[in-house]
Amino acid sequence: MMVSVLIFIGTLLVIGIALFLAIVSIYNGLVGLRNRVKNGWSQIDVQLKRRHDLIPNLVETAKGYMQHERETFIRVTEARAKAMGAGAGSPREVGQAEGGLSDALAKFLLTVENYPELKANENFLRLQEELTSTENRIAYARQAYNDDVLQYNNKIEMFPSNIIAGMFQFLKSEFFQIENVKERETPQVKF
Amino acid sequence: MWELIENNKRRSVRLFVCLFVVLVVLGALIGEVVLPGARPFTGPGIWLGIGVAVVFASILGAVAYWAGDDIVMSVSKAILVTKEQHPQLYNIVEEMQIAAGLGRMPEIYLVVDDAMNAFATGIRPEKAAIAVTDGMVERLSRDELQGVVAHEMSHIVNRDVLFMSFAGVLLGSITMLSEGFLRGMFYSSGSGSRRGKLSGGGRSHPAILLIAIVFAVLAPILARIFYFAISRRREYLADATAVRLTRYPMGLASALEKINGDPVDLEIYNRFTAPLFIVDPYVGLHQSQRSIIPTGSTHPPVEERISILRALSGAGFRDYQSAYVKIRKEAELIPERMLRDKTAVPLREATAGETAGVEPIRKQKHRELGDIVMAGAGFLFLPCVCGLKMKVPPTLGASSVPCPRCGRLLILPSVTAGITHTGPEPAQKSVADAAPLSYERKSDGWESFACDCGHPVQLSPLFRSRFIRCRGCEKDIEIRYPGTTR
Repeated sequence: MMVSVLIFIGTLLVIGIALFLAIVSIYNGLVGLRNRVKNGWSQIDVQLKRRHDLIPNLVETAKGYMQHERETFIRVTEARAKAMGAGAGSPREVGQAEGGLSDALAKFLLTVENYPELKANENFLRLQEELTSTENRIAYARQAYNDDVLQYNNKIEMFPSNIIAGMFQFLKSEFFQIENVKERETPQVKF
Repeated sequence: MWELIENNKRRSVRLFVCLFVVLVVLGALIGEVVLPGARPFTGPGIWLGIGVAVVFASILGAVAYWAGDDIVMSVSKAILVTKEQHPQLYNIVEEMQIAAGLGRMPEIYLVVDDAMNAFATGIRPEKAAIAVTDGMVERLSRDELQGVVAHEMSHIVNRDVLFMSFAGVLLGSITMLSEGFLRGMFYSSGSGSRRGKLSGGGRSHPAILLIAIVFAVLAPILARIFYFAISRRREYLADATAVRLTRYPMGLASALEKINGDPVDLEIYNRFTAPLFIVDPYVGLHQSQRSIIPTGSTHPPVEERISILRALSGAGFRDYQSAYVKIRKEAELIPERMLRDKTAVPLREATAGETAGVEPIRKQKHRELGDIVMAGAGFLFLPCVCGLKMKVPPTLGASSVPCPRCGRLLILPSVTAGITHTGPEPAQKSVADAAPLSYERKSDGWESFACDCGHPVQLSPLFRSRFIRCRGCEKDIEIRYPGTTR
């Protein structure tokens, strides 16, 4: 009698410890993923800031050549202000604001086509390369971020980690998309 | 990506064990022949041989680890490129660094060579570097160059540089030991008795001698087969990773096509650096060699790599795997359980922008690259009022030089401390903490001088401020005006 009770308690103990260890490892895995998602987001943030910093220079360089395109400049400047304002928002809000900026930039660069002198300007060429690179960086940072988000969200939804996620309130992260019809056509000029 | 690194590690350990066993057996046999005991395999020679072989390989390994990268760079005559010198190349590398999630930005080197090639170094990942030839930068479009840089970045993140360098060290040790042994046998065969005296003991058993010679002949070939097999696999994996990073296989494919069709041979070819390049520099040099030894290339056939890249329908490892199996008609490249991409990885479209090969752009690129090379060699850039940029060699020896276009006399800079730095060491570093720089004006006309960082600074006749900021190192330079000339 005594022995069987002891065995019963021992078994319970072993199962309990195993369960506890499993929970700990799943929890730690989730925390690690969440941190990666956070880090990925801050990487995107860095690149978006780089994009915002680039625009005043671009506008300043172009202004001397494009005196009759006030509207284009205003549109770009406003879109930039909006995008900067959305900086602290959710990925969706940021994505929308950045999409607006992408649109304005695309139109701006389309207008540049009519100004061959500006296109030959060394300073402008340099800024344009920076812009191309920045768009690429945003794309690659987004790529890495979305990969992490996918992995994280999968973990949150799948059994058994979904139980732990529910217990400790791990929330699903949003994907980052720059919402724009012509989103993949990065604003660039054809030579 | 991490699953690939894990997989690579496991395979590399197997390769190392194979090469190491070959090395040890070779050492033992040589030792046994040189210092035979009373009965076969009882003398001290066998242990001595193993010891010598292992110590030899360790010394080579240590050299490769501590100085390998610098040796490779100096052998290749590479010039360090900063962001100011070539913004596009720098940007492309940084983009790939972001995509690969590499913690630190690799250094970028330009190799002065008309051939199109690129390689990565970094036995210690914190000292990673990517080098491209100027012929490559000049002739590839942005997307193509990005593909190439992504391939090299993949070599870094997949730890290929580390593994292939050490495998190369083992291969080199085996080759050198067996070559030395065979040569020694050849020269001493005429006076066999002397060898007997030297060893003190009896002569080695003829059967053992025969085995040793056969093994010494076979060992390098065996080692090379192991080595090349793993090297070629890693090239495919680097292609797959590059596609995963750029999501644009066409860039790499068309870059490979251009490189393949390029008739110029790499001048800086070196047997030990060969596996690091994007395409085997050896193939172009010795076309005949390729057919004689089918295992003799570190790289898979370029045509095959291109057709795999062109057949891709997605950017994931799974897509690469299926294209690989279809085209090579071979077993899988990456074990199925290692593929963790659950969803499809979409491809991206081509970057709009410059079209490569257009003559004016190529010319401009050529000039830019030439400037970098000249700056690396200590040349001075003197802008003249008439718009001409004169490149003055550091060995001119005169204090002024007339402009060839307008005849104006240009005064050579007096502050030339920084520009004598040549080679891979960036000039900026050496003077980073120097005292504030100053320059005394010589006249009221146009003047130019070099900042300590080597960047030319130009003063217009109207310039009257006390400080001017160098556009190269962003430091303020004090401008002094001698009272008499003012």
